[in-house]
Amino acid sequence: MAFNFSLNAQHETEHATEHEVVVQHEEKSLKETIKENIQHHLKDSHDFVFFSDSETGKHYGFSLPVILWDDGLKLFSSSKFHHGESLAEVDGNFYKLYHNKIYKVDTEGTINYDEQHHPTNAKPLDFSITKGVFSIIILAAFMLWFFIGIAKSYVKNNGVPKGAAGFMEPIILYIRDEIAIPNIGEKHHARYMSYLLTVFFFVWFFNLIGLTPLGINVTGNIAITFGLAIITFLITQFTANANYWKHIFWMPGVPVPMKIILAPIELLGVIIKPFALMIRLYANISAGHIVLMSLIGLMFVFHNWLGSSLTFFLAFAISLIELLVALLQAYIFTMLSALYFGFAVEEHDDH
Amino acid sequence: MDKLISDFSLGLFFWQTILFIGLLFLLRYFAWKPILNAIKEREEGILNSLESAKNARKEMQNLTADNERILKEARNDREELLKEARTMREKMIDEAKGEAQVEANNLIAKAKESIETEKQAAIADLKKQVADLSIGIAEKLVKEELASKDKQVKLIETMLKDVKLN
Repeated sequence: MAFNFSLNAQHETEHATEHEVVVQHEEKSLKETIKENIQHHLKDSHDFVFFSDSETGKHYGFSLPVILWDDGLKLFSSSKFHHGESLAEVDGNFYKLYHNKIYKVDTEGTINYDEQHHPTNAKPLDFSITKGVFSIIILAAFMLWFFIGIAKSYVKNNGVPKGAAGFMEPIILYIRDEIAIPNIGEKHHARYMSYLLTVFFFVWFFNLIGLTPLGINVTGNIAITFGLAIITFLITQFTANANYWKHIFWMPGVPVPMKIILAPIELLGVIIKPFALMIRLYANISAGHIVLMSLIGLMFVFHNWLGSSLTFFLAFAISLIELLVALLQAYIFTMLSALYFGFAVEEHDDH
Repeated sequence: MDKLISDFSLGLFFWQTILFIGLLFLLRYFAWKPILNAIKEREEGILNSLESAKNARKEMQNLTADNERILKEARNDREELLKEARTMREKMIDEAKGEAQVEANNLIAKAKESIETEKQAAIADLKKQVADLSIGIAEKLVKEELASKDKQVKLIETMLKDVKLN
């Protein structure tokens, strides 16, 4: 942990070298740069940059493929953008990377804005293998290798957990015995176990990866949490029994006028549940990243022994808490998903 | 909310969903099912083992009880047998005693009888010998008494006198 953190700090130092030059001239600029860095970190990007040196303008990392749908498939390397510094020309069209989004521009690279300072340029459909997508591919491959290895070790050791299986089994058992069975019930829980386990480990691992100095922020991205929440939502709706729908549209056991009032409320609840799931994970992880990065940034703002070391320990404490939050949010996401599945398959005799 | 929507990236959502569903299905068939089955099998195995251990214990208790019962029965049987044997022996002794008594009595009776017979025979013999002896003596006496005529007459007279007196 401390190792990760020190690396993290080092990662920031790379930025700091760039700031220190600026610090002498303008204090505000440093804060602005930190803010920009945080904003930049929170967003997905089209290349995988570990750190950059603004003095020399060098970025240390690698490019990722850009896949656009703009009157046909456009496939090119993100190195064409030069980290947003230049336009990419593909098949006679010009694309500009602006705030991590690709816009179609003219040869000059002009971006037009509306009143709210939002770009009005056309945005081609962007299916690029971004940093986030790349991380998902890597982690998915890791999870496949890791858990299939565990499955094989069970077969090989005749059902006795050994090695990694010994570490993971209590977690798997916890998800089954403390999350799935109490919320869904003994009868139906087996159907949902695969999803609950996958989502738990997916979220947990990405939360943890987010704390490493690799600077990956996947579970703190709204598109990811939306993707996860919508799957929970769809599974809930498609596995729901008649009872679930009856409780939404025609609540049994209440007078008819109440039934009419309750139906839209219940229907709204159906949508609010996954929405809350999406926002909760996104907000928690984003907030964690913002706090942690701000504290690290503060070290360079203070730029003295006392303030910097104090913020260092504060950042250290927060990153410990973030480790807990990483697990907690994965648990909460899994737990609430299980709860919603439980509603879907609940069997009432009567009220 | 506005920021959330502007932050939303369709491409990332698209890949995330596809990759996640792919991961879900691959893990489901190649990892979760074997793992959960292995855990379940093991749990059932443990339950079964516990159950069978319990049964074995019960069986052993039954066996011990059986053994004890059999032992007790055997002991009872032995005692009964011994008792029977004892009574039988006593009966036999009694019977033998009775028989012996009867036999002895018979023997005694027979002995007595034969003694009596012998006695009678001896008495008869003795009587005979005494009679013979007496006759011999009497003969000798008579011969001597009746050697002279006077004596013969005197005797006849004495005898006649006696007869008269009778």
